[in-house]
Amino acid sequence: MSTSTTTALQASLVELIRVSSTVLPRDVITAVDAGRKVEEVGTNAAYALDVIDCNIGLAKTKSQPLCQDTGSILVYVHTPVGYDQIEFEETFIEAVKEATTKGYLRQNSVDSITGKNSGNNVGPGTPDFHFHQWRKDHVEVKLMLKGGGCENVGVTYTLPNPKFGGRDLKGVENAILDCVLQAQGHGCGPGILGVGIGGDRVSGMAWGKHQLLRLLDDTNPDPVLAELEKSIVAKANQSGIGPMGFGGKTTLLGCKVGKLNRVPASFFVSISYMCWAFRRQGVNLAADGSITRWIY
Amino acid sequence: MAVIPLTTPITEAQIRTLKVGDTVEITGRLYTGRDAVHHRLHHGEKPPVDLAGQIIYHCGPVMVKDGDKWLCKGAGPTTSSREEPYQWEVMRDHGIRGVIGKGGMGPKTLAGCVKYGCVYLHAIGGAAQVAAEKITRVDGVDWMDLGSPEAIWHLWVEKFPCIVTMDSHGNSLHQQVFEASAAALEKLKA
Ligand code: SF4
Repeated sequence: MSTSTTTALQASLVELIRVSSTVLPRDVITAVDAGRKVEEVGTNAAYALDVIDCNIGLAKTKSQPLCQDTGSILVYVHTPVGYDQIEFEETFIEAVKEATTKGYLRQNSVDSITGKNSGNNVGPGTPDFHFHQWRKDHVEVKLMLKGGGCENVGVTYTLPNPKFGGRDLKGVENAILDCVLQAQGHGCGPGILGVGIGGDRVSGMAWGKHQLLRLLDDTNPDPVLAELEKSIVAKANQSGIGPMGFGGKTTLLGCKVGKLNRVPASFFVSISYMCWAFRRQGVNLAADGSITRWIY
Repeated sequence: MAVIPLTTPITEAQIRTLKVGDTVEITGRLYTGRDAVHHRLHHGEKPPVDLAGQIIYHCGPVMVKDGDKWLCKGAGPTTSSREEPYQWEVMRDHGIRGVIGKGGMGPKTLAGCVKYGCVYLHAIGGAAQVAAEKITRVDGVDWMDLGSPEAIWHLWVEKFPCIVTMDSHGNSLHQQVFEASAAALEKLKA
C-alpha cells in the first residue's frame, strides 16, 4: 500500500469506529421504536425505552459513545485475493488507538492476570479480527462493538439436558428461553440473540455471534430456523421481563439462529446476547482506502 | 410518574421513605466504584473519600483529559451483580445510602439495604449520554492506578434519573420479575 492509501484507509477506519460507537443502525432504531409503541404509558418499561430513545438521539448529535462500554472490538473483513491483510490489520490497530484518544472508544483492553489496562485498546486478542478472502474486487469491513454486560450473559448449553429436553428443536428452544430468563436485565435488554446450533465450543459461539451481522428484519432462508426465531421472540416477549428487567412486553428485539454440523457426540446451543446498544456498522472500501458504501 | 428529588448526602430517614418502583432524580455528589474498588475495600483498604451518606455508582466512565480538566464522554451504569459479595460490607463499614447500577443485586445486598438503610437505584443501562448530560462536573479522581474505568471518579450530578428497584424494606423488583417470568416461561415451554 502507498503511504497515501494507508493514510486514507486509517481515516476511513476511524470514521467507521466513530459511527459504530455513536450511531445506532437503522434496523435497530426501528426495533426500539416498535417496542416503545407496545409499552404502556407511565410504566417503568416505557420510561426505560424513552430514556434509551433520548440517548440514541444525544449520542448521534454529540458524536459520543452510545454506551460507555464500547465493548470488544469485533472486526469481520472480506478482502480481494492478493490484498495485504497484514497491512490492513496494522492500519486498523492505528485507527483503534486514534479512536481511543478521541473518546470514541473507552480504554477497554485489560491484561487478564495483572489487571493492567493497555490504555489504547490494543493487546493480545484485542481487537478481534476475522479475515476472509473473496473473489470481489473491493474490501468489506464489518465492525461490532459488543459490551461486557451482555457478553457475560451469553451461554453455551449442551443437549440433552433434563431441564430443557433432547437434541431436537424443542430442547434448543427451551435452552434459549432459559438464557433469556437467566439474563433478566443484566444484559441491558431489550436484547438481540445470536444463536449457533451445533459446531464445537468455539465455532458454535462464533457462528452465533456471526448471526448478529444479519439485519433484524431479515428472514432466515431456512424455514425451520425462521420459525424458531419467531417463536423465541414471541415467547420471550410474553415472559414479562421487559426492558432492563423492569417488567414489560419488550424483552427481545430479535433472535437470529444459524446451524453448523457437529460431531455425533456433541450438541451445543451457543447463545450470544446483544444489548439494545447494538453497535454494528460496515463499509465497502475502494482501492484508495476511501469509503464507497455504508452497509447498515 | 411522580419524581422524587434526592440530594446527597442522604439521611437514613429519607432512604427509608423510598419504595420499589419510585422514580428519583439525584442532585449532588456521586462516586464511581466498580469491581477493583470493591475488591480493595473488601481487603480493608481505606477509601480515599468519606462515603458516609453518599451514593456509589457502578460505572466505568469514558473520560478525556482537556488541559487539566476531565471531560465525561459517557457514563452509564455497569452490571452490579459482580459486587454482590462485597456491597453489604460497604454499607456496613462506610455508611453509604445508595448504590446505582444496573441489573439489580442479590439477597446479601437486599439484606444489607434493610439492615443498614440503603437502596439500590437502577439507572438505564447503556444510556451513557443521558447520564453524561446530568453530570455537570468532574471534580476529581482517586485510585487512578486501577485504570480509568475502575478508578473512583468524583462526579457532580444534577437530576440524575433512576428507579428504585430494591428498597430498605426488603422488596426487590428483580426478585419479583424473576419469579413471575420464570413461571410465565415455564407455561410457554416447547
Ligand atoms: S450491556 Fe450494552 S448497553 Fe449495557 S452497559 Fe454493556 S455495552 Fe452498554
